[in-house]
Amino acid sequence: MSESKTVTLNMGPHHPATHGVLRVVLELDGEKIVNATPVIGYLHRGIEKICESRTYQQILPLTDRLDYSAASANNLGYCLAVEKLMGLEVPKRAQYLRVIMAELARIMGHHLWLGTHALDIGAMTVIFYAFRDREMIMAMNEEISGYRLTPSFIRIGGVAQDATEDFIGKVRKFVKWFPPALEGYHQLLTENKIWTTRTMNIGTISAGEAVNHGLTGPSLRGSGVAYDVRKAFPYSSYGDFDFKVPVGEKGDVYDRYLVRMEEFKQSINIIDQAIENLPSGPILTDNPWVASPMQSEVQTDISALIRRFMINYKGTPVPGGELYSAVEGAKGELGFYLVGDGGEHPYRLKIRSSCFYLASALPRLLVGHMVADAIAIIGSLDVVLGEIDR
Amino acid sequence: MDIKKAVDALSRQCPDCVQNLADHNGTCEITVAAQSFHKVMETLHELGFDMLTDVVGIDRMPRAVRFDVIYLLLSTRDFSRLAVRVEAAEGEDVPSVSGIWHSANWGEREVFDLLGISFSGHPDLRRILMWENFEGHPLRKDFPLEGQDFDKPFDTETIKDYF
Repeated sequence: MSESKTVTLNMGPHHPATHGVLRVVLELDGEKIVNATPVIGYLHRGIEKICESRTYQQILPLTDRLDYSAASANNLGYCLAVEKLMGLEVPKRAQYLRVIMAELARIMGHHLWLGTHALDIGAMTVIFYAFRDREMIMAMNEEISGYRLTPSFIRIGGVAQDATEDFIGKVRKFVKWFPPALEGYHQLLTENKIWTTRTMNIGTISAGEAVNHGLTGPSLRGSGVAYDVRKAFPYSSYGDFDFKVPVGEKGDVYDRYLVRMEEFKQSINIIDQAIENLPSGPILTDNPWVASPMQSEVQTDISALIRRFMINYKGTPVPGGELYSAVEGAKGELGFYLVGDGGEHPYRLKIRSSCFYLASALPRLLVGHMVADAIAIIGSLDVVLGEIDR
Repeated sequence: MDIKKAVDALSRQCPDCVQNLADHNGTCEITVAAQSFHKVMETLHELGFDMLTDVVGIDRMPRAVRFDVIYLLLSTRDFSRLAVRVEAAEGEDVPSVSGIWHSANWGEREVFDLLGISFSGHPDLRRILMWENFEGHPLRKDFPLEGQDFDKPFDTETIKDYF
């Protein structure tokens, strides 16, 4: 009689299918995973510690680098937390522009997920189509903010600049272009026999377990729980738009895939409504402590110059208090627990990372499957290490 | 779920455990003593708060009871939030709730790693973001921003010990 022996396989941190520097130590019995231990921290930059010594404005570009595949959504989450603590009212036009940017970011994040997830499983074509369309959103980011990946466009109290005619034209063109392109993705994968065999009944998690593990976003909705921060706790005028929250049934890799594919459509739907009903008006609050004066004012008015120096070098004082504010990022609930002490720096800023809890559920999802399925499961959770490690 | 009703039900089941009830910009927060903490969390889980969204640790350094640990709860049935605060002095343990919510496992590990608050009954209390031989807890207020060894010369011998 032969004795059963397990082999330890170290997957990552430098592995193309772990989407960053995630390391998973797998214990294998043949090809079967009997134990999995995720090891994180390889991308830890100490953002929460750095935040305690930066002014509220200086923190904004750091938030871009959390979930860098959908940066605008992080900006929005952070700005909402600060505005709530300051009691700022954001103009309607800025709110709509924020929604457009956040939804474009969600589509960008899902493009990256779709391309790499399919590539990991062996469907190589998809990434070229996904990145072709992602490039169009990059061009919009560049048009409105000057940056392609990390726009930092959403600022405390509003947005950085008004939308140009060119930007609005690009968005309108994309809204028309994208639904047929999405149909193309579906044709490549949804009924593809190899794809369904690799994804159906793989990495199944029930609704109760998914909630208990702290899963949020498309990964939770794949299990059939209709929790979406945009619907449950509407922010930034999301209540004005008509959109659905897609949910899955079984909670396997294929359901999570279908939920994200439907989210593409819903996001385009929201962008379409926002761009057609874009209100006119200011794009920044009139609170002098946060609204940095325009360049033309600074060059002609000494008080505006002084104000700009005060905002940029001293920072904006934010009243003391504590609050938790969350938004629906591309991967799930992205929350900011902000503790202010009345000064220009936060006393403590805790970032609730959705990917952190997605990765914590990996042992539950991986055990019992084959090594090749581990690739499909990690891809279906869509983790971004910038957000896990912070 | 009406938060008021939940808190009332909680005070019926564990009398005198809610020390303070506060409203933080729309989120209801209760403060609980460490002795009754685990029982309170079990009761809240039964009352419908089925998701533990996050665990937050705060260092209030000059204060006698140095740390705050805040557990953010959510009910996915009707989307109501509740925050539970428990205070811990330096060297004092907080009872772990990882037996109730699996997400507390990593959440508490992170607080332990970055702030050095220990959780009694945690199945796997190891560092999570920092590496194993790291000394100190970076999010404590007395930890220098530049790192502990910022003014020491780079020494290849000590680096070798890590590998």
